[in-house]
This record gives sequence, C-alpha cells and structure tokens, in this order.
Amino acid sequence: MTRIKKIVHAVLSVASRGAVLMTALLFFLAGPALAADAEVKIDNFTFNPPRLVVKAGTTVTWDNDDDIPHTVVATGKAFRSKTLDTEDKFSFTFTTPGTYEYFCSLHPHMTASIVVEAVTGATQ
Amino acid sequence: MSSDHHDHNGNDGPSRRRVLECMTWAGTGVLWTVAGGVPRSLGIVNEAMAAGAGGLTFLQISDSHMGFDKPANPNTKGTLEEAMAKIKTLPVKPSFMIHTGDITHLSKPAEFDDADKIISQAKLDVHYVPGEHDIIDEEQKLYRERYGRGTRGTGWYAFDADGVHFIGLVNVANLKAGGLGSLGAEQLAWLEDDLKGKSASTPIVVFAHIPLWTVYPEWGWGTEDSGRALELLKGFGSVTVLNGHIHQVMQKVEGNVAFHTARSTAFPQPAPGSAPSPGPMKVADDKLRGLLGVASVTFRQGEQRLAIVDQPLQG
Repeated sequence: MTRIKKIVHAVLSVASRGAVLMTALLFFLAGPALAADAEVKIDNFTFNPPRLVVKAGTTVTWDNDDDIPHTVVATGKAFRSKTLDTEDKFSFTFTTPGTYEYFCSLHPHMTASIVVEAVTGATQ
Repeated sequence: MSSDHHDHNGNDGPSRRRVLECMTWAGTGVLWTVAGGVPRSLGIVNEAMAAGAGGLTFLQISDSHMGFDKPANPNTKGTLEEAMAKIKTLPVKPSFMIHTGDITHLSKPAEFDDADKIISQAKLDVHYVPGEHDIIDEEQKLYRERYGRGTRGTGWYAFDADGVHFIGLVNVANLKAGGLGSLGAEQLAWLEDDLKGKSASTPIVVFAHIPLWTVYPEWGWGTEDSGRALELLKGFGSVTVLNGHIHQVMQKVEGNVAFHTARSTAFPQPAPGSAPSPGPMKVADDKLRGLLGVASVTFRQGEQRLAIVDQPLQG
C-alpha cells in the first residue's frame, strides 16, 4: 500500500466509524420519539415482515408487489383495505397500542401482525 | 404437442412423468359425458366424436381471469376466445357449460362484460359459481346481479339434467384468517336439505371454485369444511366433484367420489410446493400458446377409465 493510500484508508476508516456512531446516536435520540412511517411489502402471497413492531402514531403502508390482488383485513376489524391490485397501496395509522392480527381475505392462509407499542411520556 | 392422445389403448395409463408434465398447463376446457350414470371426462374435440349421441355431455371451463394482463399471459381475452372457438368446433354439441369461477380478475364490470361477450360465442347455457376474484367489488354485488338469479346465499344452487343432479357451491365467501376455502353452516344446511329424498342411485356432480379436497393447505388449496359436505354425499353411488382455482389438473378418487380440477383458460400456476408461491407461472412467450391446452390424464373410477385428452390452443 502506498503512503497516500494508507492515509486515505485511515481517513475513510475514521469517517465510517464516525458515521456508525452518529447513526447510533441519532437512533438513540430520535428512535423512540419519532413514529417513523413503516411499510409492509406484499409479494409471493406473503406479508413482509410478517410481524412488524411500531410505535403508536405510526402510519403503516402496505404495498402490493404481487401479480395477484390481495387485501389487508384486521381480524379484529380495526382496518380493512379495498382489493389491492398490483402496485396498489393501503395505509393505516395506528394510534392505539396493541397487537393487530390481519390477513388477506382472498387468500386467508396469508396472515401477519402489527404490534403497536405505547410511546412513553418522557420522549414525547 | 398436437392433438395429443395420451395412452388410450394401453392398460397402464400415462407415465407419471407425462402426467406431471401435463398437470402444469392452462387449457381450453374439459368435456364431460355421463354414460350409465358415471361422468367421464373426455378430450375436447376428437373424443367428442366417440361420445356419439348417447348420454349427456357438458363442458367445464375455469379461471378465465378477464382483466389479468401480467407477463404470464397479457392476452387472457385472446386465449378465452380461442377456447370458445375450439368448443364451437365440437362435432357433438354439449348440453351446457360449467364455469368454476374466477371469471374475472378484479370483479370489474368491464371484465364481466368481456367474459360474457366471449363466453357467449360458444352459444351454450353456462352455469357459474364464483371464484374469490369475482366477489371483490366494494359491495360484492356484481357477480350476484349477473349470475345469481335463482341462487341462495352467496350464490349456491342445484339443477337437474338428464337424471344427473348438479350442485353449484360457493366456498370463496366470508373466509376466516388462517383458514382455507369455506362453505359455512348455512350452505351445508341447504345441501343437506337439497339431498334429502334423492335416491342413492342419482348421479351427483358437485362443482365449486376451490378444491373440495385438501390439495395443498400451505397455499390455501382446500376447503376447511368440505368434509361435512362429503359426509352428506356418502350414500350416493356416483359423486363427481369439479373444481378450478389451482390452474392445473389434479385428480383423486376416494371411494364413490371422483375429484377433478380443471385448467385455467388464462395462465398456469405451479405444481404444489414447486415454487415459492402459487402465483401465475411465466413460461416463454413462444411456448405459452403451444402449451395452453387440456392435458390428458387417465384415472379409474371403479372399472371405468376416465380420460382427458390434451388439446393445445396452437401447435
């Protein structure tokens, strides 16, 4: 390794370590406070991820990437999408903590869940 | 593969490889004939000659998916039209046609219109049952408005033709999370009532969209309460169950009951477990039409051979 390459390498290494630290710090600070939006992909007759944990206030968007239409229907009737053709999306904002089991009413073997956690007062 | 008669003269039936090969492809339709009270499936064109004037013949088509335009078949109207054209060439006109559901892809009025326009070219009465794709309009009313006259509940009914009792069932409505196809208590009670007083020698043909036996539960290919329906049919000497949904031929004989699933006129689906999901199976463009065809599968019902003859749309 030439000297210049070594220097570049060292700088990059520090920079990437710094980025990791920064990301971790950001996650620590913002993670619990911000209810970032989340996505569930529908493809190959599955919901992915099959179990998604979010904070209250999160808007979850389901995106149908499959060649076949699907629906997103809460077993407890909290939400129910229209039929989603390929590339159609459905969003629902979860305000109440709890576990929401849901399925595709056309292909009921497709099941999944959203776990909504309470946002603690301190980070609000 | 042209007008492929798979082993009609041998005693061994088609080879396993042959059957598996043929199971995969979408097709035009299945011609059925009832001779001596036992339905036999026949090839779509040539075998119809052999059927002659005796007995009742009818067709089964399935899964036309009007509106589907994905790579597995961007022209589902075209292939349905080709299927109807084939049916029109039958030397013996079938008495009627059964459509085992998924007429449309998204239950849109225009899709139902296209289906009606094309299927009517065959100039046959058609008895429908809905697939899950036919009842996904917001109010779930388009299917029933068009095909539901004289039916009960979500669209089930029965009729008689030439001494054969036909029962159209709906197993795609009100499905529960984690479950399979479902008939429901109300429909089962109706079925029990419908069969009451029928002589055990009455041949019964039951048709519904999702298979009424468990083909592959991992993909939802079965009906959770079909066992209760089959229990009600136990006393009958000849029961034939016709389904669609899985876009490939599968058959099984269990005691007095012969199960059969028909191909789609739209696109093939993979054999159970052979792909990550049961989604439409894409084959090479230049191969699709040559491979769209009714597969020949031979199976026994009692001493009687049942056969389906492969008839590709092209080739």
